[in-house]
Amino acid sequence: MTAPPPALTVKELTMAYGSFVLQRDLSFSIARGDIFVIMGGNGCGKSTLLRHMIGLKPPAAGSVWYGEENFWELTDEGRARVVRKAGVLYQSGALWSSMTLAENVALPLLHYTELPESVIREIVTFKLSLVGLTGFEEFYPAELSGGMRKRAALARAIALDPDFLFFDEPSAGLDPISARNLDELILELRESLGATVIIVTHELASIYAIATNSVFLDIDSKTMLATGDPKTLLQECSNATVLNFLTRGTGKREIRTV
Amino acid sequence: MTPQPIFTFRHPDPEHLVVSLGGVWTLRTDTPDPAELLATMDATTRHLTFICTELVDWDTRLLIFLKTIIAAARKQQIDINLTGLPPGAQRLLALAEAVGEKSTYGKTLRATIVTRVGRLAITLFEKIREATAFIGEIVLAFLPLLIGKSPFRARDFFSFVQACGAESLPIVTLISLLVGVILSFVGAVQLQMFGAQIYVANLVGLGMVLEMGALMSGVIIAGRIGAAYAAQLGTMQVNEEIDALRTIGISPVGFLVLPRMLALMLMLPLLCIYADIMGILGGSVIGVTMLDLSLVEYLEQTRKSIQLSQCGQGLFKSAVFGVLIGYAGCLRGMQCGRSALAVGEATTSAVVTSIVLIVVSDSIITFIINF
Repeated sequence: MTAPPPALTVKELTMAYGSFVLQRDLSFSIARGDIFVIMGGNGCGKSTLLRHMIGLKPPAAGSVWYGEENFWELTDEGRARVVRKAGVLYQSGALWSSMTLAENVALPLLHYTELPESVIREIVTFKLSLVGLTGFEEFYPAELSGGMRKRAALARAIALDPDFLFFDEPSAGLDPISARNLDELILELRESLGATVIIVTHELASIYAIATNSVFLDIDSKTMLATGDPKTLLQECSNATVLNFLTRGTGKREIRTV
Repeated sequence: MTPQPIFTFRHPDPEHLVVSLGGVWTLRTDTPDPAELLATMDATTRHLTFICTELVDWDTRLLIFLKTIIAAARKQQIDINLTGLPPGAQRLLALAEAVGEKSTYGKTLRATIVTRVGRLAITLFEKIREATAFIGEIVLAFLPLLIGKSPFRARDFFSFVQACGAESLPIVTLISLLVGVILSFVGAVQLQMFGAQIYVANLVGLGMVLEMGALMSGVIIAGRIGAAYAAQLGTMQVNEEIDALRTIGISPVGFLVLPRMLALMLMLPLLCIYADIMGILGGSVIGVTMLDLSLVEYLEQTRKSIQLSQCGQGLFKSAVFGVLIGYAGCLRGMQCGRSALAVGEATTSAVVTSIVLIVVSDSIITFIINF
């Protein structure tokens, strides 16, 4: 029996801004249902890698594969079809400030489905209730706290029941309890929706709490230094840079979730 | 072909209702009408269970359907057993019912008309108070400048001077030339009937110097610079840059508002002189090409018709307009909320406020001078 193909594969990817190469030769694969963390220090290109995966920035070289489809070789329509299967939670939430939460969540549904308005309303209410925002349908993003905005953005990201969920620094700007609640929500949604989750973060507590697989990007060597389960990397990785990152510079190979 | 979503139900005994779900329940498929099922949930039904052995695929579509059924069952106080549902669906239903944030604004959204009028009045009063306080802040920030202590960076000031002055010249040239042409054209049509076409030069000259030069350059700068000030300060408000200034003890009014206002106050009279000249030149084009006047004749007539005090009147107006545009642009920017939408609103509001202030102040000044 052959193993199922990876849900997402990155092959020899080079990321660059003009002539400035950010990262090169990135190759890794993400299995269906994984919680995959892209980690590394500030400015190493984590968010840029995410942008390559969700179709916002074409690679300088290499490819991104969704199943057996080479994403950047697809036509515009093909890429739109693939992106429809992805939900993205941006670092700032990126809710549209001129729209209410209900309108924010409804927009992808209106754009991609032909559901009647009454059903869309029900779905919006349900999605907002999933993230604990029942009754906030008519609120504008500016009227909410940072944590609530992030959860509302998550409701928008899961509006179309995506196969892939991308998170850019989900815990940024959140207090520890909100960050932990968000981690638990991500886990719960992954279990319930069966989605593959890709997270950009450098929050070690989150990484150890939820990640099943990861890649480490290094700013100095401009390439990946390790890939695998972060807990395993912590115990077995011999690379000093990775170990330094995973142990917060202490060198002690113990998991700290706080 | 995608198997359609189906459901059947049966009563193994009068108290027990079993719902079987099958097929594909996704957003791409239609949902069957649950009306018949809901109708069977009467007072005799005590237990509700689900069977999903025939279920092929599901997403939110199934959950919405289940929520309708569950809500109806709860109303009838029926005991619901969800264990027959896919584990993911069970978890999502549980998650959706978990107690989340409490909406504290629920009641305010449904406020009565009296409450809304009251709120509007309070908001209006608050805005007037803010606008007045802002004038006070500007005056206070201006005082150190009088004793030679600049609260802002000279570099910033000169960059604003450049934006208000040199960079505005092309658009002021175009508009003023065309205003001169329009004034001249309108006057020519009437004055030609009396053989008094030479007085077109008087009309254009006085019109530009007394009113149109100051007014048009003011309106252009309100759209170009006033809007830019509101957007700049609004974005700084969104990015908490203004808060950062306050926390290190620097007055945002002195540091950000004052150089902008001074730049406008200095540059607008110069732009006004430039607009006057361009307007007169625009008028001369019509005079020379349509009214058989020579350029020298036209300019000489213009010179004779304008007095220096009249030029001063236009310049005074433009200096006032400069202050008002700077005030409106900076006020709206400083009042801006913390969202992209608020920046847009601040920008629009700055332009509208500037133009209203320009026209109102122009009327007042003209009235006082000619009284």
